[in-house]
Amino acid sequence: MRLSEHSFSTLVSVQGPLIFVERVIEARMGEVVAIVFPDGSETEGEVLKIQDDTVLIQTFGDSRGLDMDHSRVVFTDVIKQAPLSIDILGRAFDGSFRPIDDIPMFVPDEWAPVSGRPLNPVARARPQELIETGFSTIDGLNTLVKGQKLPIFSVAGLPSKEIAAGILENARTPAQVSRSGQAFVVVFVALGLTHHEYAFYRDTLDRLRTHFVAFINLAKDPVVERLLAPRFGLTVAEYLAFEHGLDTLVVITDMTNYCDALREVSTAREELPGRRGYPGYMYSDLASIYERAGRIKGQAGSVTLLPVVTMPEDDITHPIPDLTGYITEGQIVLGRELHQRGIFPPVDVLPSLSRLMQRGIGEGRTRGDHREIANALYTHYAKGRDVRRLEAIVGREGMSDTDKTMLDFADAFEKEIVHQGRERRDINETLDRSRALLVRFGLVQQ
Amino acid sequence: MSGRITGISGPTVSVHLPGLRLYERVTVGNARLMGEVVRLEQQRAIVQVYESTRGLGIGEPVEGTGTQLTVRLGPGLLGQTFDGLQRPLEWLLRADGPFMQTGRESPVCPASGTLRFQPLKKRGEEVRAGEMLGYVEEGTFRHPVVTVEKGGTVSEILEGEFDPAAPLARIDDVTEISSFHDWPVRLPRPYGRKQTIFSPLVTGQRCIDFLFPLARGGTAIFPGGFGTGKTVLEQSIAKFAEVDVVVYVGCGERGNEMAEMLEEFSTLADPYSDRPLMDRTIVIANTSNMPVAAREASIFTAVAMAEYYRDLGCNVLLLADSLSRWAEALREISSALEEMPGEEGYPTYLASRMAEFFARAGVVETLDGKVGSLTLMLSVSPPGGDFTEPVTQACLRTTGSFFMLDTALAHRRHFPAIDWFQSFSLYEDSVVSSFDADISPDWSELRRETRTLLQHEERLREVAEIVGTEGLQDSDRLVMSAAGEIRQRFLAQNAYTEDAFSPPRQTYDAIREILVRHRDATRRLEEGHLPDESLKIPT
Repeated sequence: MRLSEHSFSTLVSVQGPLIFVERVIEARMGEVVAIVFPDGSETEGEVLKIQDDTVLIQTFGDSRGLDMDHSRVVFTDVIKQAPLSIDILGRAFDGSFRPIDDIPMFVPDEWAPVSGRPLNPVARARPQELIETGFSTIDGLNTLVKGQKLPIFSVAGLPSKEIAAGILENARTPAQVSRSGQAFVVVFVALGLTHHEYAFYRDTLDRLRTHFVAFINLAKDPVVERLLAPRFGLTVAEYLAFEHGLDTLVVITDMTNYCDALREVSTAREELPGRRGYPGYMYSDLASIYERAGRIKGQAGSVTLLPVVTMPEDDITHPIPDLTGYITEGQIVLGRELHQRGIFPPVDVLPSLSRLMQRGIGEGRTRGDHREIANALYTHYAKGRDVRRLEAIVGREGMSDTDKTMLDFADAFEKEIVHQGRERRDINETLDRSRALLVRFGLVQQ
Repeated sequence: MSGRITGISGPTVSVHLPGLRLYERVTVGNARLMGEVVRLEQQRAIVQVYESTRGLGIGEPVEGTGTQLTVRLGPGLLGQTFDGLQRPLEWLLRADGPFMQTGRESPVCPASGTLRFQPLKKRGEEVRAGEMLGYVEEGTFRHPVVTVEKGGTVSEILEGEFDPAAPLARIDDVTEISSFHDWPVRLPRPYGRKQTIFSPLVTGQRCIDFLFPLARGGTAIFPGGFGTGKTVLEQSIAKFAEVDVVVYVGCGERGNEMAEMLEEFSTLADPYSDRPLMDRTIVIANTSNMPVAAREASIFTAVAMAEYYRDLGCNVLLLADSLSRWAEALREISSALEEMPGEEGYPTYLASRMAEFFARAGVVETLDGKVGSLTLMLSVSPPGGDFTEPVTQACLRTTGSFFMLDTALAHRRHFPAIDWFQSFSLYEDSVVSSFDADISPDWSELRRETRTLLQHEERLREVAEIVGTEGLQDSDRLVMSAAGEIRQRFLAQNAYTEDAFSPPRQTYDAIREILVRHRDATRRLEEGHLPDESLKIPT
């Protein structure tokens, strides 16, 4: 507890989002500071590093206009916290948790540190209950379950935004379907959106029938806010899930902007760059976000995470998708070629995977024949795709009848199962259509 | 002894506290976080803090404990789940709820479950230093209880069930003897001598047992990009390996996976003893969102426990998933210490640290003349699936077996996705001959035949890509057919069905059946018959 106001005007350097302050008495790691500009305006910052009486501060706002003589830094003695209340439902905020929907800030019931605390591994309940996204390629072949973290790997120019919006609009849990209750909430975190994209998501949010909370950081907003916004979103999600028992789906788009912000700050700190200039601790940093998905034994509610990652240069081995894939429980990969053929959503099911699917499907979860259908679709489609390469060499005429059937099956699968346009399919419809397709090609028993 | 925090940078803290020793354990700040001195300078000591340093303030107190970072070794560890600092996670859950708090001291004794003490000495009897007072029974394991420093008269001794936190006996009224003792985390436990005889370690995985067999006391790594099934393979081996004790370290990996594994392990039975699988297992869970410094320590905590059971004369298997996360933790700490970086930012001592760690595997004659073994199996997560990176390369210099997990196989849903051309086992000579002796004398011959077929198929495949399988000669199509069967029905193994565990006898029967059929078909072809059905290339 500090008695007097803790204010210092001993700035010694300002470099982008980083400020060094000297001769500071008492400071703590992660402490929130108010940075007061010469004109009296304020922005927030956080203590990153302390050595003796020199403190390194990262600002969350714009540092333009700071000077060395009249600016001040006020230490608040608290760690960054998020205000929480059930009244947060239906609200939209910026990356610094300021309302952007022209409604006054709610009155918080409690505050929680934004960095969260790790969930004790023995307290975790195994994810095994379906979240229906309305997309056949996900529900049928790469099933998402409550408490899972499943990223969408996109590439520039593909409709990842339409897919994210489709999931925001269509995601349901079976409980919600049956009780039409409000046990399901989406938290939407947008990082570095262009105005055009924002307008699109704004429309989507307006149409949502489920409750939502949105954190929107636009491309023009401070970069460092991008490091904060997902943590606000997840702190709110944890609160809604574990204090109010709601199933919470967090959609974050786009994690590539998050990682670039992380790199920007790391470079400004003159840290050793790792692969492609991203900091060496990016794995741990991403894990501190992704690992917040989960369920707790004996408690209602869940946090499910669906981050969107745009793979730079279409390269899945790029550090961002690579580290993401190492932490998350599978990935939904979008394919450029499918998109070019007008297929929506252009999900390439072969490299896609949901690691937790096995527990979430079958009798009592989805349907008794789910596993059989999914396996058959996958195997035959994989074969069809193999044969397609062969077709490029020998031509269709040179192929055996079985190979031709496989070719036709792959085409039909893409057109009828993968492609679904704006239509929402529930899990039964997905499985019925898939079964019908397999039967038509004589690949499963009637 | 108390000092002050003078600087904080990520997981490291500099403190002003004269008199600290290198690797001394310290408590840091008002929250009393656990830390370890990693560097001493003239005016300050650098402390690696094992918990989140968020909220830690400059000027907060630091206290030395006079001891090193230790693990408590003794009966009652089996069946439990610990964090990287050996704090029982169930105990933390009861104390703090589902989310982890900082600054929790470990309980006095980490043991759990019912333990019985069987005394060999009576009250009033004289004992010498190092003499056995009795033993504690933990399931089927017997833990000797020994007088440590000096002998004397037994003034008090218990019998039967006991409270693990209380002493079992007293010598001369003053020296308390308890069932556990502390051991410095980073110090290898002593043994009599290392043996060089290798016997097979059956994993229940056909591809490993048959093609790349593992030896007790050996080391193995399996690197693979994400989605290649490292964790599933590692957990399958933890379930089915023919050993007495399994220590499983979830090092910087997923929390949900740990939850899944713990649930599964508490319901499954050990295939060799029919007792619950958890009865032979110790789990260390330091997931990726838990503090980085504790992740670095978790491997050493685990290996100390593993060596303790080895010293009881057990065959111990330590599985770590993944070594790359450990190396990254090392890199993070090294960078916070502002050390000169080596390749890809890893400290230059990465390879030597790893070699030291690998050297802790082996078959040993223990100090009291028993034979125990410690086998290490470590997964590696190379960035971008690129095996030229420093961690994989450092491992390759020391490891005895290498199972390369291949992304292309994984995409084709061929699991375990072990590449049969790139993988190797340096133990194969001695281990294969013991399979020859124990299972069947033609084990090694079938092995050679299998390898030849797979290699032959690889050459044919390129041709078939162009001309189609129909364009191949009949004998070649037979090879393709048999190799296809080997891949799909023998090397591939579904971890989610009954097939998950294949004892050596069953492995032998499976490969023999395929090869006999192939020999038969080849013979009939030579005799001029064309057995159509055997030419169908399985899909």
